[in-house]
Amino acid sequence: MSLRRQITTLVRFELRDELRGGEVALVVIPFAVIALLTIPMAIGIDTPLLERIGPGIYWSIVMLFGVLVTQRHSSLAPAAARDMLRLSGVDPAARFVATTLATFLLLLGFEVGAGLATVILYDPSLSSWWWLAALLPLTAAGLAMIGTIGGNLVAGLEGRTSLAPLIVVPIAVPLLLGAAQATEGLRVGAGILRWVLLLAVVDTVLALAGVLTARPLEESAT
Amino acid sequence: MTSPTVSLRSIGVRKPGALILRSIDLDLPAGSATALFGSNGSGKTTLLRVVATLLRPSSGSGTVLGAALGSAEMDSVRRRIGLIGHEPALYPNLTLAENAELAASIALGRPARSEAHHALEQVGLAAAADRRASRCSNGMRRRVEFARMLIIAPDLLLLDEAHVGLDPEAWGLVSHLISNVTARGGSALVVAHEEERVRPLVDRTATLVDGVLAGNQS
Repeated sequence: MSLRRQITTLVRFELRDELRGGEVALVVIPFAVIALLTIPMAIGIDTPLLERIGPGIYWSIVMLFGVLVTQRHSSLAPAAARDMLRLSGVDPAARFVATTLATFLLLLGFEVGAGLATVILYDPSLSSWWWLAALLPLTAAGLAMIGTIGGNLVAGLEGRTSLAPLIVVPIAVPLLLGAAQATEGLRVGAGILRWVLLLAVVDTVLALAGVLTARPLEESAT
Repeated sequence: MTSPTVSLRSIGVRKPGALILRSIDLDLPAGSATALFGSNGSGKTTLLRVVATLLRPSSGSGTVLGAALGSAEMDSVRRRIGLIGHEPALYPNLTLAENAELAASIALGRPARSEAHHALEQVGLAAAADRRASRCSNGMRRRVEFARMLIIAPDLLLLDEAHVGLDPEAWGLVSHLISNVTARGGSALVVAHEEERVRPLVDRTATLVDGVLAGNQS
């Protein structure tokens, strides 16, 4: 089976499993919206302040709740199913790409959902909105790759549900920095190219690391 | 004489703070079925995972289906190994048919919906094919695993307590799977507690006691 076919087959079935379970749509997104709602409730209706902090709050929420999405999807996959795929001869790199791709699509949906809630609750005024068409996918891709690598790192370890977020969140800091600074740039009308480039570089490094470490991590998993 | 399907020598497995397996020598002759007995924590599942090439031993050497443990040939060898573990390897929100189709598609290298449905019919699950795995009994989920084995037709069949909780009809499927593999010249290794129930299915037995192979009989 070609790598491309392995990837498309896995993405199709993994997404179907996740979407039918509805964890992201029914649990993570509503929970994130509640989190977005608590900030205005805590600091009061100070419209200029909410406009100013809205983008930063949004990306913090995306990062923290996005970890839930990545871990739900990658590290918590049934261990027996991982064994089954290993024995089926699925290339570890294909598994990395497939899991990342499926998680990326889920995260993108999550970002859009949380983004709409942010617009309603914080009403941030951004110039050049179209840049978000680059920022959202770049951040989702990076977070998805970090989540998949983290899931592979802790696969088979006791306490992996606690360990994985501890690995994912610190590594995701450059993504949070790049995305938040770029959005702040859009808010104040400053150039954001360097921040977009930072996200692209981080994604490239993660893609290389993910593909190159997929096999050693799989072989070392117990 | 045909070379054994599996041949392990002086295998040891160490995990943090514990020596799980010690100096294991194990041969699974071609065309044979072996039962591996032992109490909880004796190392049966660990040894099965070594045989399945899913766990690299801390010491020792061996071959599985002609390939040395840890060698580059393991990828191609793994496709010829069928493992049914404690937990069924199913995606909970996929239907039984979709789970069988996923395994069949990857094993056969092409879309394999019809093969999956045919295999489900053979294990008596045709009527439940569209039911989600999470809404099925453990016995039904086990049968999906049996269907997967019928599709991939492994040369080395490994069953880790796969027979627990099965009704007599499903028990017959286990027997059918084992005899299918051995008739083709492959081998089966059945990890179990209940000696009386499993003995009629196999022609050899071995017993693990605290990580040491205590008996290996023909």
